[in-house]
Amino acid sequence: MLKHFLLGLALTSSLCTAALAQEPKMGGTINAVIQPEPPGLMLALVQNGPTQMVSGNIYEGLLRYSKKLEPLPGLAESWTVSPDAKTYTFKLKPGVTWHDGKPFTSADVLFSVETLRVTHARARGNLVQVDKVEAPDDLTVVFTLKQPFGPFLGIFEVGSMPMIPKHIYEGSDIKTNAANNAPIGTGPFMFKEWKKGSFIQLVKNPNYHIKGKPYIDSIYWQIIPDAAARSVAYETGKVDVLPGGSIENFDVPRVSKLPNTCVTGEGWEFFSPLAWMWLNNRQGPTANKLVRQAIMYAIDREFARDVIWNGLGKVATGPSASTIKYYTDDVRKYPYDPAKAKALLKEAGYKGEKIRMMPLPYGETWLRWAEAIKQNLNDVGITIETVATDVPGYNQKIGEWDFDISYSYLYQYGDPALGVGRNYVSSQIVKGQQFNNVEGYSNPEIDQLFADGAVATPDSKRKEIYDKAQKILVEDVPVAWMLELQFPTIMNCKVKNLITTGIGVNDGFRDAWIDK
Amino acid sequence: MKAFWKSMLRHPGGVIGLVILFITIFIAIFGPTIFPTSPWRMVQRPFLPPFTNPAVLLGTDALGRDVFAGIIYGARVSLLVGMVSTLVALIVGVPLGATAGYFGGRVDDALMRFTEFFQTIPSFPLAIVLVAILQPSIYSIVASIGIVSWPPVARLVRAEVLSLRTREYVQAAIVTGQSNSWIIWREILPNALSPVIVLASLMVATAILLESSLSFLGLGDPNMISWGYMVGAGRTVIRQAWWITVFPGVAILLAVLAMNLVGEGLNDALNPRLAKGSR
Repeated sequence: MLKHFLLGLALTSSLCTAALAQEPKMGGTINAVIQPEPPGLMLALVQNGPTQMVSGNIYEGLLRYSKKLEPLPGLAESWTVSPDAKTYTFKLKPGVTWHDGKPFTSADVLFSVETLRVTHARARGNLVQVDKVEAPDDLTVVFTLKQPFGPFLGIFEVGSMPMIPKHIYEGSDIKTNAANNAPIGTGPFMFKEWKKGSFIQLVKNPNYHIKGKPYIDSIYWQIIPDAAARSVAYETGKVDVLPGGSIENFDVPRVSKLPNTCVTGEGWEFFSPLAWMWLNNRQGPTANKLVRQAIMYAIDREFARDVIWNGLGKVATGPSASTIKYYTDDVRKYPYDPAKAKALLKEAGYKGEKIRMMPLPYGETWLRWAEAIKQNLNDVGITIETVATDVPGYNQKIGEWDFDISYSYLYQYGDPALGVGRNYVSSQIVKGQQFNNVEGYSNPEIDQLFADGAVATPDSKRKEIYDKAQKILVEDVPVAWMLELQFPTIMNCKVKNLITTGIGVNDGFRDAWIDK
Repeated sequence: MKAFWKSMLRHPGGVIGLVILFITIFIAIFGPTIFPTSPWRMVQRPFLPPFTNPAVLLGTDALGRDVFAGIIYGARVSLLVGMVSTLVALIVGVPLGATAGYFGGRVDDALMRFTEFFQTIPSFPLAIVLVAILQPSIYSIVASIGIVSWPPVARLVRAEVLSLRTREYVQAAIVTGQSNSWIIWREILPNALSPVIVLASLMVATAILLESSLSFLGLGDPNMISWGYMVGAGRTVIRQAWWITVFPGVAILLAVLAMNLVGEGLNDALNPRLAKGSR
């Protein structure tokens, strides 16, 4: 019996490796976990992580991105850039239709750009340098910029700029349009059913513009609120795919070792999530730079990676993750050094005043992490009072700047102009919003560097600017950077070819297939 | 008093309960002095099984914190919350019940409808809502447990007062022109005390359980370690590390069991019919 089992194991694992050379097979259903349940699926209105994950397979953007963040054709077949780097011309793919059968044209692109400028905060920021958008014919779109904008080709990912149908939304209030409940896109999968609290079903788009794709018939996104139950659902075969972050970190090694299980850390390159502690730069002890530096020395980030994240991830060196453009590690280093932290606190004149700490209410991992950091800070003499909260309370307190220390992890979108600057420039100090310069750091030099960096050419000039910005920021510690997070995707080995781009599962089902 | 202890000690369950209770109280008061390592400190590698390292006898949790230290420090929170919230419930319930029972009529009606209003709401969900609204802290937990557990006290005291009010010595006090409050406090309540004491001891047990349940759900005071928190935090890793949940779970079980046994012992000792037989 055991022999048979071992033989079976050997067979399946050899099949796993041989699969790369196999021809994709048609048909089948994939069950994947979606955690937490998305608040909505209309990508132009809602941009939460789970929404992007489900709707990235319903909608499409003009471009897709490889794991190395190079642009790939999406709804745009090809693109050209004028020599002065101010005019971008996109040729759309002919013969693309919406899920309701209407053709997709350049008018839809124009409509989407105008709509997203209103509804999508990040798209609005990305489009600031765009002077005008024109459609000379049905299949051509021309973006003219006010000045060259280095990261411009990086803003067309489906979650950043989804194409939405003009014929459905034109002239209506986009927020209340009934179509938001059954979104219509151009993507490989069509919305079928959403049973709240249970599952979201997508089915194959039979008229998808790439002939023969997608391969699978249907995707069920299973909604399972409890982390332990999600692990069990995978073990019992109820779900085939656990996207990154679906199960608790300490369960990752155990579940990864289950038979016939394939694990990959790829598919998050575009996002490169970076975790940090918000330190309120306005008031209290954390307004003092020396105290902030002391905090950096006091927290044991390697312990956090090894114990809380089970060895996944990388200790952050500064505001940029090492996977994005113009990253440099030629900055001040903050190893774990409690003695140095104590000395700095003494120099700063800190005398044990109480500092409030609000953990990120995103489950066990984050609560344990906050507890470990609280202990680290206690060890160097910082008095911490933990404030418990829930997600709406967290959003509110962060937005109202009502905290001393808190936590977050934010996506970086491949380029410092898209995902880094927003957290440090003073124009992004906006009360009521959560993911901007919440800490209230204000430095005219940094403002200028990020303003210059976005529009500088060539690349070497941009690198010079961002190197300088990183050096200044790491010296000032506006926030305490902790880890570059890694969210491994765990799946049954029968699911093939799911992670093919820099956004992984979010647009990966187009190419995925099931080995039977 | 002597007779009381005599009959209490004759009750084997009560004795066991008292012993456990005294041990728990001793740990709660002196534990942190004898055992100064903070329960939040990461002292060893995570997931160290119990009985392998004498320095961390009961093993370590997911962050490498000492489970034994957690149990020592957790005793403080459990007992404190149990007793203080019972006190709160008594402070609200006893005067309310006594007033209702003594004056009767409209006053009784009004106060009892008010009590029923609280009784109709399931207590645990109400406690969760209160703690969630007030933000979890030791004060909000004590307050919410007190608020959900006073109605039975009020009803019990009212019933006792109703029956005592018609006794001759009370009538005599009324005739001699004593004030109402004097009669309630000096004549009636002392005689209604024994069932209230029994109920209170059981309420401490319920309060410990309620606090553990709240902490288990993540609504505990984040600055204080408690047994319920330890069970809740260890629950997700129960398949890798049973000891993180089991030992605090046993601690809760013992504390609640002790309070129940003590309550039962008190009930027998304070019951005049049973007590008479033993004299």
